[in-house]
Amino acid sequence: MTALVTLRNVTKSYVRGKQKVEVLHGVDLTIETGEFLALMGPSGSGKTTLLNLVAGLDQPTSGEVLVAGDRIDQLSRGSLSDWRARHIGFIFQFYNLLPVLTAEANVEVPLLLTNLSKAERRRRVQVALELVGLAERARHKPNELSGGQQQRVAIARAIVSDPTLLVCDEPTGDLDRQNAEEIMNLLQALNRSQNKTIVMVTHDPKAAEYASRELHLDKGLLTNDTRRAA
Amino acid sequence: MKMFRQIGAVTAMNFRSLPQRVSTSLVVVIGIAGVVAVLVSVLAMSTGLIRTMETTGREDRAIVMRNGSVAETSSALDRNSVRLIVDGAGIKRDEKGEPILSAENFRILMLHKKADDAEISVILRGVGPRLLEVRPELKIVEGRMFQPAVAEVIVGKSAHAQFKGLNVGDVVRSRGANWTVVGVFETAGDAHESSLITDAETLNSIDQRGAFQSVTALLESPSAFQTFKDSLSANPALAVDVVREREYYRQQSKTMTTIISVIAYVVGGIMAVGAVFAALNTMYSAVSARLQEIATLRALGFGSTAMVMSVLAEALVLALIGGVIGALLAWAFFNGNTVSTLGGAGGLGQLVFELSVSPQLMILGVVWACVIGVLGGLFPALRAARLPVAMALRAV
Ligand SMILES: Nc1ncnc2c1ncn2[C@@H]1O[C@H](COP(=O)(O)OP(=O)(O)OP(=O)(O)O)[C@@H](O)[C@H]1O
Ligand SMILES: [Mg+2]
Repeated sequence: MTALVTLRNVTKSYVRGKQKVEVLHGVDLTIETGEFLALMGPSGSGKTTLLNLVAGLDQPTSGEVLVAGDRIDQLSRGSLSDWRARHIGFIFQFYNLLPVLTAEANVEVPLLLTNLSKAERRRRVQVALELVGLAERARHKPNELSGGQQQRVAIARAIVSDPTLLVCDEPTGDLDRQNAEEIMNLLQALNRSQNKTIVMVTHDPKAAEYASRELHLDKGLLTNDTRRAA
Repeated sequence: MKMFRQIGAVTAMNFRSLPQRVSTSLVVVIGIAGVVAVLVSVLAMSTGLIRTMETTGREDRAIVMRNGSVAETSSALDRNSVRLIVDGAGIKRDEKGEPILSAENFRILMLHKKADDAEISVILRGVGPRLLEVRPELKIVEGRMFQPAVAEVIVGKSAHAQFKGLNVGDVVRSRGANWTVVGVFETAGDAHESSLITDAETLNSIDQRGAFQSVTALLESPSAFQTFKDSLSANPALAVDVVREREYYRQQSKTMTTIISVIAYVVGGIMAVGAVFAALNTMYSAVSARLQEIATLRALGFGSTAMVMSVLAEALVLALIGGVIGALLAWAFFNGNTVSTLGGAGGLGQLVFELSVSPQLMILGVVWACVIGVLGGLFPALRAARLPVAMALRAV
């Protein structure tokens, strides 16, 4: 196994008014290709902050962030957004679909950043929607879909450009038990059969059980790190 | 290529959400349409005036007035001066060697407008017997020419259309005389069409004056002007100014066109500032309504340039729609409408001219609209671009 993500002594502080608040206090972490990592911890412990650093949405205050061979803590804002387009698939708690676009148009959005032909884009969108089991809902707008279905469209969008890493912040946080289970099964299948590396923040111990590794964050420090046999 | 596709995709998404923002977007469209309509129609006045003045006067005619007169109004030439002017070099002469010129005087008549009964001063111009040779562009379109030595007038087409009591057969009363209208004339759309014409000697005999205001002379050619001017200046018995007729009318209208243009730009400018704020407000709320979408797209890897351009594109399209509507409104309502100056523009008397909403003016209006759109869209666009993505994603 090779390391896909390496964090070395990463700190992150926010400035709130005149006060500087350190949220992450020197985190060291390695995530290997093919892992499905569940990041847990109490509210305010810095999970989202850590995830954003791994996803290239934010820059650390100090330390190194190496993802897919790139020192992303050293990239400029502009090149960081190109980098995200190439490497990261995002799944959000509230799906973040674009309300005016149909499911298939939503899934196509990341492909607009590539040089793929229209036909090729359409083919990939089709494949991704089939993978999440929503091919027949391709023409529906988000407000015509249930929460679970919307999240599946969002997953299709996250995988359509075949990113190196999937990051999910509370992907089941807004779903009922049954829909949550379906989403977790889908993510687990993507991890196992497509060998997708996934980093998932969750509050839910049941959701975390689908992951291959569980990591706990408490007050900005990593505590418990457990690997589960597949 | 990729950049264009990004901009196109984001812009297309913005436009699809436009129906949810109709009312705020309409404010911009209507506001800008108003600015452009006002600007274009006021400027149409000055283009119309300029157009009328540019067709008035010829290069090969010269006006002679008393030294130092700014306009015919303040000029006076006695009979002796007129006799000396007749001998000037460069004047076109007939087979018998008689100069082709017209010694002219004028009075002011008060007439009532058909539209609102307002009393307006109109020029009654007295001309010499060779009028038709001096002004070959003058054509009688109704009735006949006036006869000398009787109180008869012909009226210009614009005056005829604007004022009461100027039909053929009507009688116009003035101090000392009752003038019978015997004909209607046109002069290819120039300023004279706003006036009345009669015989200069008749006019003089009625109020027992012996003087003239000016002499208009037809020259051998446009280049004979200098010869004519020099020959008159060389005569120590004469104290006169000589100007080309076209130049004279251009000068007379200059103040007026400048004033109208200044009004257009001042009023248009004030309204434009208002429209910029309306556009700012609308685009700010458009951006705020989409902060989540913008943050999501930025997370997915869309660049900030695409965000800036898409917001600007939306502002520009709204402005363009407003601009085109405004220009078309101005054109539909005002193009070809006649308006008249109040009282005299210099020595021109009351002047009737057509508003001219030219294609250039309409383009100018649309350009203004675009500038307003870009100014109003710029700051909201920069806000969209500078959005801290991680923070915006947290805010639900
Ligand atoms: N932009 C910011 N400015 C100031 N403080 C921030 C900012 N973002 C996060 N914080 C603070 O950093 C700390 C960690 O936040 P973070 O969102 O990473 O926690 P979390 O573990 O994801 O919590 P939750 O489970 O509630 O989502 C919190 O105390 C939060 O208030
Ligand atoms: Mg969080």
